[in-house]
Amino acid sequence: MSHPIYIALIPLIPLACFFILGLFGRKYFSGSAGVIGTLSLLASTLLSLITAYEYFFVSGKSNGVFQKISVFKYTWLQFSPSLSIDMGILIDPITVMMLVVVTFVSLMVHLFSLGYMKGEPRFATYYGFLSLFTFSMLGLVLSSNIFQIYLFWELVGVSSFLLIGFYFEKPSAVAASKKAFIVTRFADLGFLIGILVLSFYSHTLDFGILIERLTNTGSPYLIAINSASFLGVSALTWALLLVFMGGAGKSAMFPLHIWLPDAMEGPTPVSALIHAATMVVAGVFLVARLFPVFALSDPEALQVVTYTGAFSAFFAAIIACTQTDIKRVLAYSTMSQIGYMMFALGVSKYSGEDGLGYMGSMFHLFTHAFFKSLLFLGAGSVIHMVHSNEMKDMGGLRKLMPITHICFLIACLAIAGIPPFSGFFSKEEILMAAFESNRLVYGIALFTSGLTAFYMFRLYYSIFWSKPADTHHAHHGEGTWTMKIPLMILAVLALFAGFTPIANWISADGAPIHSKVPITFSILPVALALGGILFATRLFITANELPGRIATQLGGIYKSALHKFYIDELYLFVTKKILFNLIGRPAAWFDKNIVDGFMNLLAKITGYLSDMIKGYQSGKVQDYALYFFGGVAGLVIAFIYLWK
Amino acid sequence: MNEIPLNQILFLSIGLFFIGAYGLFTRRNMITMLMSIELMLNSVNINFVAFNKYLYPDKLDGVFFSIFVITIAAAEAAVAIAIIINLYRSHHSIDVEDAGEMKY
Repeated sequence: MSHPIYIALIPLIPLACFFILGLFGRKYFSGSAGVIGTLSLLASTLLSLITAYEYFFVSGKSNGVFQKISVFKYTWLQFSPSLSIDMGILIDPITVMMLVVVTFVSLMVHLFSLGYMKGEPRFATYYGFLSLFTFSMLGLVLSSNIFQIYLFWELVGVSSFLLIGFYFEKPSAVAASKKAFIVTRFADLGFLIGILVLSFYSHTLDFGILIERLTNTGSPYLIAINSASFLGVSALTWALLLVFMGGAGKSAMFPLHIWLPDAMEGPTPVSALIHAATMVVAGVFLVARLFPVFALSDPEALQVVTYTGAFSAFFAAIIACTQTDIKRVLAYSTMSQIGYMMFALGVSKYSGEDGLGYMGSMFHLFTHAFFKSLLFLGAGSVIHMVHSNEMKDMGGLRKLMPITHICFLIACLAIAGIPPFSGFFSKEEILMAAFESNRLVYGIALFTSGLTAFYMFRLYYSIFWSKPADTHHAHHGEGTWTMKIPLMILAVLALFAGFTPIANWISADGAPIHSKVPITFSILPVALALGGILFATRLFITANELPGRIATQLGGIYKSALHKFYIDELYLFVTKKILFNLIGRPAAWFDKNIVDGFMNLLAKITGYLSDMIKGYQSGKVQDYALYFFGGVAGLVIAFIYLWK
Repeated sequence: MNEIPLNQILFLSIGLFFIGAYGLFTRRNMITMLMSIELMLNSVNINFVAFNKYLYPDKLDGVFFSIFVITIAAAEAAVAIAIIINLYRSHHSIDVEDAGEMKY
């Protein structure tokens, strides 16, 4: 085994950091918590870079195919000789890529937060939570079995909850954190049932064995799970759809996306880390992890993934065009980009060059992590400067914040898919994969990429142009160097990450993919993106009434997009009106009257009886003596007359 | 010399016993209650001795038993008087009705 145990240190260092900062942070490290957190994460980042180098260049390949390597495995809970929950580390290309992405983005966010969260009274707690999140996310990507991933999945959910609700004095933040937790928890219920179904039929929880048992045609496990069915759908499809439901909840896919925009109540660096680059792609990661099962054994479930992804991408892009809170625009754009990754997985096949979609999805995950966290950190800088999330309070900031401006522009170009920025390369792969297998999805994706360019540049112009610069009274400069440096590093990556030879490293079956997207294919998407940018330039480069006029003309469509297509209202209607009235109230009535009533009745009877007999406990010696004599006399009579 | 018939002795002892019981339940003074208990014990002693004499004249079991009862009664009287003294110290009274705290 060429992979030494230092891989285990990658998640354990942040865990140790969490314990130290969580237990002693407020007392001893209130000033130095940021430095401690950042340094420990730096160590993790270096270790994961070493791991990546070791895996991709030295030891990961055998016979030209990247292997899944189990670094270590510890049997934790043994249920039966064949079924146990293990704790282990599994290394394969996507794990290694996720390790690098998570530690790197997390490091940038730690660094950025040094300036952004300065003066925060619970500074140490904040870094403790960040470390907890990083630990859980790293544990999630390293998990070697599906139950372990579920544990870390929930841990990630908890740390997301803690960080969204970090400003717990604000009622909106509390509501948002609760919403995020409940919605994702609801989705995780599906995930758990999916795990149970999968493990019930395949008698294992280990990813490697599970995938092997459920993909080999003719394996008894596959036949069993396929022949069992419920409501006309086979157990395998149910299981995979339920697992996907968990993934869709974490990844904010329609219709479980409602928590993500609200999650922007958390501190902005947190949004950059959790709700843009790492946690929200956990769903994509999960589908990618089980991809062989999806692709080889159950194309129907994969179809669902495709259409959910494509619809979410399109749906979120439309909403993003109308929002006025910059973080919400970015949130919807995240949802849209994750939709891209999802449908890219959906249109992919398992082996060889047909696995383009899988590779494109992972590639997009990789580039998206950089440019989206850059966008969020840039937005964080802007919010730090103007103390507002609303577009109308911004405008004309390009002179005041030159570095942020340039970095933000690079990120916008990257997400819009303009060559040679990183988003272009990954998006091309995805579009190509969609073009080859599903023209409808391709059309949606193409239109969405035009929309993406439009709304990103609407955002960009509204922040940095649109108004003269002197409308702002600069309280302070652009921010400390710890805030600028991460922006610059991420900007460089957003520029060049597209040149990473991901195709050589990551594919569904481990073998490199050689297909190149032809130049001619790229013309249409790039032209659409440029069109979107130009349209946004026309509308938003200076403040004018044209956007307002267009909005009035679109009328109902604009209004419903502004209200996020009333999905929140629909949820409220379903939960408050239907669930509360039809299930909650009767259940409460039953609980109050029947359950409590029965117990109250018992208590009343007991009380009544004791009231009746407590007089006998009179405290008078002679009464007791009388009872005693009465008892003896009674016994004597009983003996005389009944003892024959 | 005519022997006293057994049932007359039993009448005596029943009389003593119920006088004692009546005293125990009606008197509130603890000394009097103690005296009532002694009366009841003595009625039992009379029974023992009488039955011993009339049923098993050649044995002494009943007599022994009554001596035991007398001994126990002496000990019991000592304990009871100690209790009464303590009660008097804490309540300044030897009326049982005044010591009624141990109730519901």
